[in-house]
Amino acid sequence: MAGTKTPPGTAENGPDRVAGGPSSRPTGPTSRRRARTRATTSPARMAALLVSPTLLVLSIVVLYPTLMALQESLYGTKGLDPKTGFIRTSEPFVGLRNYTDILGPAGDRFWNAFWNTSFFTVVTVGAETVIGVAMALIMHRAFRGRALARAGILVPWAVPTAISALLWRWIFNSNGIANAVIGHQILWTTEGFHAKVAVIVAEVWKTAPFIGLLVLAGLQVIPKEVYEAARIDGASAPRQFWHITLPLVKPALLVAVLFRCLDALRMFDLPYILVGAQKNSVETLSMLAQNEASNVRFGPASAYAMLLFLYVFLIALAFVRLLGADLVGGAARGGESRRRRRRMTVPRRAEVTA
Amino acid sequence: MTLMTKWRNRLLYVGVVAVVAYCLAPFYWMLVSSLRRTSDIFDTSLFPRRVSLENYRAVFDPSQGFPRALLNSLVVAGVTTVLALLLATFTAYAMARLEFRFKRLVLTLIIATSMFPVVSIVVPLLKLFTDIGWINTYQAMIVPSMSFALPLAVWNLTTFFRQMPDELEHAAMVDGCTRGQAFRKIIVPLAAPGIFTTAIITFIAAWNEFLIALSMTNQPGMQTAPVAISKFSGASQFETPFGSQMAAGVLVTVPLVVMVLLFQRRIVAGLTAGAAK
Repeated sequence: MAGTKTPPGTAENGPDRVAGGPSSRPTGPTSRRRARTRATTSPARMAALLVSPTLLVLSIVVLYPTLMALQESLYGTKGLDPKTGFIRTSEPFVGLRNYTDILGPAGDRFWNAFWNTSFFTVVTVGAETVIGVAMALIMHRAFRGRALARAGILVPWAVPTAISALLWRWIFNSNGIANAVIGHQILWTTEGFHAKVAVIVAEVWKTAPFIGLLVLAGLQVIPKEVYEAARIDGASAPRQFWHITLPLVKPALLVAVLFRCLDALRMFDLPYILVGAQKNSVETLSMLAQNEASNVRFGPASAYAMLLFLYVFLIALAFVRLLGADLVGGAARGGESRRRRRRMTVPRRAEVTA
Repeated sequence: MTLMTKWRNRLLYVGVVAVVAYCLAPFYWMLVSSLRRTSDIFDTSLFPRRVSLENYRAVFDPSQGFPRALLNSLVVAGVTTVLALLLATFTAYAMARLEFRFKRLVLTLIIATSMFPVVSIVVPLLKLFTDIGWINTYQAMIVPSMSFALPLAVWNLTTFFRQMPDELEHAAMVDGCTRGQAFRKIIVPLAAPGIFTTAIITFIAAWNEFLIALSMTNQPGMQTAPVAISKFSGASQFETPFGSQMAAGVLVTVPLVVMVLLFQRRIVAGLTAGAAK
């Protein structure tokens, strides 16, 4: 029996090939078909067995809460009585009012948070990408000290965001090192544009190295011959960068930028600790939703959370559809089978980085 | 590669130093500040005037409850990691080795959940956990943490499993192993480094989590370390105890940094595996 089992990689096209083959003797087909069905169904059944626990857990911890939030967002708040903990029955059904409220004057706080979130995302991800790519280029070219740089680059990634927020709060203290270095007295962690700057600096510090790391991995799979050919053709260094490095590193960079964008859109820890809760200049959508929820205003909180979810979803969709960001490794439709084949023939690129 | 090499190398060397300085300088500042005395905490010298462990003693002052917070962090991050890895190992194996319908859809869905804004599950779960009395319990922090830990682990492990040659498994199966045996006796031992790396990455992600831990607890005794540190209180209400915050920050971060430096190569491979495919 073991001999007739089809290896998993060829299970798809295996049967067809066998059926079309020359060996269709009268006794063959029945026994072969039985073997064939077993070979094709059993991996499927096994896959279902192996995958379902994960899907089940994810349904419980992600899907179910999301549906709950969707339902909850249609209910209002129970009023100003904070004593009663058991709320479900007494919350009034308000339909879409939590959503329509953001269009009225009550939506000021929402739109402020929305613009803060968008502003932080665009600026931090932009700065991170530039700095990250620069870091990767330096590390890619350098031979001495590359190991040291790669070890150092992981440190900001390993520092918990909450701790890095405290660290930057200390750096940006009115009597702190930042003011000593620039020679001005700026109250960074008070309301105002400078608070945004503080958040951006801290965020970029922590995450630019991460982009650098991913881009470095992308750089290392570009064959040297491409550059040699370009040099022989007389391409200058900037031209090489724009026409060779950037296009070839684009897939890795796109995924990194997508991840960073989605991460920045849900930014919470950093502004919350660095500047504080309920500060207009840095309040993000996550902070707004969390703040409403912790004040037992679950209805509006859920509505904000759903809107943030929608926002994140749309951005992710835009990345995948418009820019062709490839998350799963060949998930884009159309080129699916081609890419899969390529993935199988190209030896593991990630090993190059190790 | 001959004429300008010397100068270019020097320039690159400066670049590398700049990169390392950029990454390490703030961390160094945390370390230096933690070693200053309270009286000269606002010094801006690069070395402490007199090295003092005063701040570290303050961290372990009973009123801060820091050891308990560390324990809470360890429990929450540890259990999350173990659970996530347990489930993810099987799923990732199926993703990397078996052909089945909807495979790409399933993998896409799993990865998509990891990009979910955590707050959109924290809000409903906060309400649910309030109703069923789970606030200030470990499970109230572990269950939501699975939402990001599990996809992370699945994704990392899938790339690791894909890197292992199919032939080994086939050989074992030709020699009479069932698929389950081949998995247990061949794949798992060979994948151990990958599983270990995934464990580190997942653990760090869970250890660094803040929003869930902040929302699901309101008693100091159940807070995880990042939450507890952010709420450290000073001698007076208006004084932020920067010294002890920095010291606690160092204590929370140094184990991670040591782990990261020890397993640097593996972690880099794990982090970049998905992107550089």
